[in-house]
Amino acid sequence: MSANTGEPNVPAMFAPLTTIGPGVLEKLHVALEDAAGREGILDVAYRTIDTPVGTLLLAATERGLVRVAYDSEDHDVVLEGLATTLSPRILHAPRRLDTVAREIDEYFARRRTGFDVPLDFSLTTSFRRSVLEHLPQIAYGHTQSYADVARTVGNPKAARAVGSACATNPLPVVIPCHRVLRGDGTLGGYVGGPAAKTALLDLETAAA
Amino acid sequence: MVVEMKQPFEKVVTEHSATVLRVCRAIVGPTDADDAWSETFLAAMRAYPELPADAKVEAWLVTIASRKAIDLLRARRRRATPVDELPEKASGEIAVTSASDVWMHVKDLPEKQRQVIAYHYLAGLPYADIAEILGGSSDAARRAASDGIATLRRHLTEAGSEGDTR
Repeated sequence: MSANTGEPNVPAMFAPLTTIGPGVLEKLHVALEDAAGREGILDVAYRTIDTPVGTLLLAATERGLVRVAYDSEDHDVVLEGLATTLSPRILHAPRRLDTVAREIDEYFARRRTGFDVPLDFSLTTSFRRSVLEHLPQIAYGHTQSYADVARTVGNPKAARAVGSACATNPLPVVIPCHRVLRGDGTLGGYVGGPAAKTALLDLETAAA
Repeated sequence: MVVEMKQPFEKVVTEHSATVLRVCRAIVGPTDADDAWSETFLAAMRAYPELPADAKVEAWLVTIASRKAIDLLRARRRRATPVDELPEKASGEIAVTSASDVWMHVKDLPEKQRQVIAYHYLAGLPYADIAEILGGSSDAARRAASDGIATLRRHLTEAGSEGDTR
């Protein structure tokens, strides 16, 4: 065989059989999302949503919303983290996130002041969880200091720990850690950056 | 010590979705390929947490696809009647006429030749990997592929010239 004939151009021969039309893979993907959900092996479903504070990643287990992530956290890195800490059985499967996505849309449209979707606190520790579970009780449009929150959760000396619970909140926006400020009224840190924190506080002040 | 990280399964689907579908079509034809694809990725997703992090993902998927596709084929043959020898009318929307034309000839190849061709030319697996999947040597796999290609080329050329003189 001469060198220039090389291997036969088999893909071309097969082209009529193997050419994949538009939308075919997308339809198969949707069917896979449904089947995996039915069989209970879709451990983490995710989607993204565009908001005034950027594109948010939303991820949910079968138990509930487990992660909300800002662009700045790098969504690919966040998903790799979920694969390691929760399960690698992760699919882009928007349907499980339909309700929370609608509620977030309503929140940014100032038609909603709280969220009522099931939450999964797997990504946090028990003290931090007690802090996070308290935060929705800070009324929409209001704020508390880290020390206030520490007192409310029964651990007045734990203001710093409250700070780190907020800083590592796996569910920002939905768990309103943006309503917690420094004792002197200044902004304090925020997982989505200070601009996002200000934007959320302004949104709530304007609506309240 | 490097801790191997496992990618989210979504990445596996995105990267190998098209290849797996092509392999399925070459082995079971356009009508049943979608089912074979779905069963492949569902089985792969179920087993994914136990897959070693350094495994060759594409060869692993192709192995599963191969099993699922052959199962489907055998189930299909059990249901088949003698009338089935006629060119198949594909019911799926993927099955355009020319796809069933190619499939008419591909499906007549011996199973092993069809698998080797799909794995090597459509999935791009080296013959050594194919030998691991199917058993036998890589030389045998290479021979099966070239025999199959020769038959296929002859049939497709004949079919083409028939069309010309029609």
